Amino acid sequence: MGYLLRRLLATLPVMAVVAVVVFLLIHLSPGDPAALIAGDFATEEDILKLRAALGLDRPLAQQFASWLGRILTGDLGTSIFTQVPVTELLAQRIEPTLSIAVLTMGLAVLLSVPLGTLAAYRAGRWIDRLVMLFAVLAFSIPVFLVGYLLIYGFAIELGWFPVQGYVPLAEGVGPWLRSLALPCINLALLYMALLTRMTRATVLEVLQEDYIRTARAKGLGVLAVLGHALRNAAIPIATTVGVGIALLIGGVVVTETVFAIPGVGRLVIDSVQRHDYPVIQSVLLLSAGVYVLINLLIDLSYRLFDPRIRY
Amino acid sequence: MQRRTLAAVAALALGATLGLASPAALAQNKTLRVVAHADVKILDPSFTTAYISRNFGYMVYDMPFGLDAKGQPKPQMVDKYTSSKDGKQWSFTLRPNLKFADGSPVRAADVVASMQRWTSKDSMGRAMTALSAAEWKAVDDKTFTLSLKEPFGMVLEAMSKPSGYPPVVMPERMAKLPTTTPIAEVMGSGPFMFKRDEWVPGNKVVFVRNPHYVPRTDAPNGLAGSKKPSFDRVEWLYIPDANSAVAALRKGEVDLIEQVPPDFINPLRADPNVKLLPSGSWQGFIVMNQLHPPFNNPKVRQAVLKAVDQDKFMAAMGYPKDLRVTNCATFFICGSRNETTAGAEPWRTPDVAKAKQLLAEAGYKGEKVVLLVPSDITYLNAEALMAAQTMRNIGMNVDMQTSDWATIGARRAKRDAPDKGGWNMYVTVAGSFDADSPVTNAYLSAACGTSLPGWPCDKPLDELRTAWLKETDAGKRKQLLDQFHARAFEALPYISAGQYSPAMAVRAEVKGAEKLWGGLPLVWNLDK
Repeated sequence: MGYLLRRLLATLPVMAVVAVVVFLLIHLSPGDPAALIAGDFATEEDILKLRAALGLDRPLAQQFASWLGRILTGDLGTSIFTQVPVTELLAQRIEPTLSIAVLTMGLAVLLSVPLGTLAAYRAGRWIDRLVMLFAVLAFSIPVFLVGYLLIYGFAIELGWFPVQGYVPLAEGVGPWLRSLALPCINLALLYMALLTRMTRATVLEVLQEDYIRTARAKGLGVLAVLGHALRNAAIPIATTVGVGIALLIGGVVVTETVFAIPGVGRLVIDSVQRHDYPVIQSVLLLSAGVYVLINLLIDLSYRLFDPRIRY
Repeated sequence: MQRRTLAAVAALALGATLGLASPAALAQNKTLRVVAHADVKILDPSFTTAYISRNFGYMVYDMPFGLDAKGQPKPQMVDKYTSSKDGKQWSFTLRPNLKFADGSPVRAADVVASMQRWTSKDSMGRAMTALSAAEWKAVDDKTFTLSLKEPFGMVLEAMSKPSGYPPVVMPERMAKLPTTTPIAEVMGSGPFMFKRDEWVPGNKVVFVRNPHYVPRTDAPNGLAGSKKPSFDRVEWLYIPDANSAVAALRKGEVDLIEQVPPDFINPLRADPNVKLLPSGSWQGFIVMNQLHPPFNNPKVRQAVLKAVDQDKFMAAMGYPKDLRVTNCATFFICGSRNETTAGAEPWRTPDVAKAKQLLAEAGYKGEKVVLLVPSDITYLNAEALMAAQTMRNIGMNVDMQTSDWATIGARRAKRDAPDKGGWNMYVTVAGSFDADSPVTNAYLSAACGTSLPGWPCDKPLDELRTAWLKETDAGKRKQLLDQFHARAFEALPYISAGQYSPAMAVRAEVKGAEKLWGGLPLVWNLDK
């Protein structure tokens, strides 16, 4: 409990630094949202009036203070383009993003852990080479290209899945799964490559330990031996899965763009392109918070795999 | 046995979930899905000149008058109108039973407040106020008047202005809000209602049929006539990846792509399930900063003009031959009612040798030209690269500075010298409605002191524009238009990089696409 409290308190300075850096980076980069809102053919007078109305003509320190004040009271502000509260924008985006993250990592873990374990167990054989070839290919082919190939094959030619768009879970499990199938397969391939290699390497190392040799000598079956090995190889795998989930929640821009999924990644990119300060600041701050939280959860999960670990 | 039963049940459940349409899908009636050319961010067409907000306005708002497909103003919300012989007194009566989407009646006071809001924002509205001291007044719930101190030759054109800031009618309480920020509420009397609860900014805008919309009885005609929709629901999807948008159209997931990226035009022509249509006329703009050398010298601007090969610009932007106009010699859009070539003759054909000669005569000494190159908008990037090559061809020293469009938007407002953060040239494009007359063309409409970045200022142009606006005689207006156009070629507030038509792609089963006009997604013309 003490450890948990210490870790949570330690996130405060991290978040403070993130807040300052994000604010400065965004506000010091060139670009004027007022000019974009007003349109290409708006007059300078209109743009100046809008800048004043949005408070963008105030000194930077003043803008920072008022943003920080709002953040501390839980008010993430309002998009200066759409005039929609940032919390509402995030609420719309979090479901697709979480869905992608959970399904992608679920699929990746479900397939890559057995594959990596199998490759380690049959190291040097044809099955190992085949698995490693898959991992190299999945790593090397650009995500957008795989996305286009999946669209062409499974959406256009076979017609099994939609080309684009996201169907909320509330509209039914089937349509929800269908809308996420291709984007999740697209992303899962990448994470499968990573996890398969990671699993193979760690299991291979564990399989050479003395206690495994002892277990084999005692006549334990293959599955039981691999079960022992996997439990001991789990920590690096869990770390990779955790970081993977954090990355996915932070937004996967290419996949979201190719499949027109309204996730957090596209929200960030759209906001950056338009210099929608309140949205960028809030989303990046929250993303940083998610990273910190997931790292904490990963650390805590180590105890599940290795009871010897104490905090 | 138990296992088999369980497996069967599981398989059945999975099949049912995957196979059955969702309740929402079943509840949907006739839906049109459109891939919009941009994402809707601003819901107030009286605030921004962004085309996507203007198109949003067409869906939910109505206007007093509308342009027909020949570009003529026709009564829209207005039923009858009269004008005095001297053109100074106008009276308008609204059609009966007009209502906003919440069921409240449209009153003359709403129209008057909306027109007052519009005249304070729009170039044509401002001109009307400045030249004629326009005064709008509600007489009763159905009648309003316009009093002018001086005749204004374009009253009906103003009340039907289709772009820039179109004069949309909103409730008085909204129209009286400050014009410094966009209005968040959406309440119009147009054919559709905006479904705010289904709006996902950056992804989807949903409209449903407005039950209170009262269509005209005459047939749809441009932005005039009946706008009675055939669809219960229209979804505007924003699909930023062109490849995915085209794939969605081919598969029938969407019905229409408002602007097909040039690279996909020819492949889509070969698809029997898709119809490709020219989508209005657009013009490329080469804008020069006239505050600083070398473009403060009109002769240098003319030298660049003589070197511009419009066909090469349009080809570089990716438009096939049948979608571009070769050497269009008017500022006012080839094929439009204001098309004129007055003053254009010396400049019609590109001539590099002559351009070099003009540059030498202008005394150009190799000063650096800072060209702003957008990195994130493909066709503007191509236009900028072509502008750079054109200037290099005649020996100009070009410094290409690349950044995203948002940064260019901020930088082009800077009047500083180019070596102190300013600039010399940038490029953009405009639809025909923002190019086709001395008072709507983005760079020809503004008088000295009110012009857009580049800050062109030419007193004779201002005088000719004013005279044209005031003139009510058609013959004299034409003469003044020609004089204005000829003067524009001498002063060169900007250079036209050429004219092209973007392509709109529609699924073959969608009927009525040929009735679309001006490149606008006027969906009430469509059915399927």
